[in-house]
Amino acid sequence: MNIIVCVKQVPDTTNIRMDPETHTLVRAGAATTLNPFDKYALETALLLKDTYGGTVTAMTMGPSSAIDVLRECYAVGADRMVLVSDRLFGGSDTYATGYILSQAIGYIGEYDLILCGKQAIDGDTAQVGPQIAEHLGLPQLTYVSEVCSCDQTVTAIRELDCRYEKVSASLPALLTVVKNPHELRLPNVVRRLKANRTEPELIDHEKLCELDLSYIGLKGSPTKVKSIFKPSHRKNTVMIDGSRADIAAQKLLELLETEKKINLSETRL
Amino acid sequence: MSVNSDIWVYLETADGKLCNVGIELLGESRILADKSGGRLVAVIIDVNADELASEAIAYGADRVITVTQEQIAAYSTEYFTQALRSLVKKYSPNALIIGATSQGRDLAPRLACRLRTGLTADCTSLDIDDDAIVLWTRPAFGGNIMATNICPDQRPQMGTVRPNVFKKPEKCEGRTGIVTSEQICFEDSDCLIKLEEILGVINSTTNLVEADIIVSGGRGMKNAENFAILERLADAIGGSVGASRAAVDSGWISQSHQVGQTGKTVSPKIYIACGISGAIQHQIGMSSSDVIIAINKDAGAPIFEIADFGIVGDLFEIVPALTDAILLRAEKSRS
Repeated sequence: MNIIVCVKQVPDTTNIRMDPETHTLVRAGAATTLNPFDKYALETALLLKDTYGGTVTAMTMGPSSAIDVLRECYAVGADRMVLVSDRLFGGSDTYATGYILSQAIGYIGEYDLILCGKQAIDGDTAQVGPQIAEHLGLPQLTYVSEVCSCDQTVTAIRELDCRYEKVSASLPALLTVVKNPHELRLPNVVRRLKANRTEPELIDHEKLCELDLSYIGLKGSPTKVKSIFKPSHRKNTVMIDGSRADIAAQKLLELLETEKKINLSETRL
Repeated sequence: MSVNSDIWVYLETADGKLCNVGIELLGESRILADKSGGRLVAVIIDVNADELASEAIAYGADRVITVTQEQIAAYSTEYFTQALRSLVKKYSPNALIIGATSQGRDLAPRLACRLRTGLTADCTSLDIDDDAIVLWTRPAFGGNIMATNICPDQRPQMGTVRPNVFKKPEKCEGRTGIVTSEQICFEDSDCLIKLEEILGVINSTTNLVEADIIVSGGRGMKNAENFAILERLADAIGGSVGASRAAVDSGWISQSHQVGQTGKTVSPKIYIACGISGAIQHQIGMSSSDVIIAINKDAGAPIFEIADFGIVGDLFEIVPALTDAILLRAEKSRS
């Protein structure tokens, strides 16, 4: 069973710097981490490897600093690290990113399953997973909370807004994974040391000879960022004295009515 | 066929009825259509679509396109993508807006990719300029930044909007419009998913994404049993129960109730945070709520920075007192 896990290095702090010209993230210098949802995707992959054998490849598209997240994946058990990186890829929107990653996946060889986290916590779009699936012509299972089995077909549980469902698809398939009880395992010391000494396989635009350059990077992205601005923050908080519960409750109900025209004794209707 | 200036809204359905998110989008899209001189077109893909068309018109659609074939009796990414792609290719709308529900977020990126067009997710406001370019504004980097995207060249311009971001428009029962029933030539595909079983229904009182009122508990709840206090309040005011990551990770309540960066993003009219400190990862999931009420023992809890009303005190006394006060008022107004 060959599994590819697409991971992303995302900013760790709330201190974001934007490039005023291109309106894209200045990635250099900010503290970073492996995208939380990708950790669940990776653990799902490792559990499948524990059950079925095979290899897990961690792949990321990003600047060279993204090697840190690949090493993190290797340290917990991924067998292979692939860095998809090129100046020309910078500024790609989700369409372009999905396209580049699908080309890179095609380049690195056979696979049974592609796992992605539900979304990256910087872009928050949840688009790249399905778009990779579309470029590759694969069935997509989104919002997967658990993989039940994976031999000729993959069977999984999806967590939707209003229900859980069990679904199956033929292999190869792409899954996007949500937070679930299986937290990413701890790294193995020996593997961590080895990871630090190992370079990832590098895929740049030259390796991807079929890549159509007009669909990549800032120029090739169908969406453009027109402007960015800081959101306006909430105004003054009205504090209510909470030392007497019954008085506080009455005060809150009064204020909700006078300030916000909300009557909580009628909202049930 | 050259692109017209029509604005299309995909109206998701569930149990044979229109979902609220689509109706909310009709209201906002009416404004875009009026500004750009295009028509507002609703697309309904459901075996009952023809019966639902008049409701879409009453909520502002000038035209409704329906697809009712058996292949779309249940949602599937592939057939719904095929249907919408086929319709878009036939009619060439300027823009297509889809509700960002679990279905919408599964469908929209696949469709946008197949159409080779740009998609902006989770928009919180929409506008359109004099050249009929839609301005899609959305939060990014966990809400630290607002970004306005455009899709200048490809068509249709696409975007998704979460439930509860826009208000439902007025309904005009007598309104007239055109209803067109379309037949899609569905193609076989390897991408079909088989639905094996529906495992558990999260009923409307726990569907946080659509909830108007959420009563949420965090580390301060101390154990699972105490969530009953929040359930009682939620019940009294017609709300759903949410939770912070701390409560979910402690096993006090299931994952499906989690609000936050790795949980659900909600934007109810009222969010009552009980015993929740309000770390940024939680704020990200609920900061766009209309009214935020925070109850916490700790006056320094970050939740108070984003709350409209804050009570520093013991939630185990305040929440029941609030519930009792509400029930008493409700009873008084009935008698």
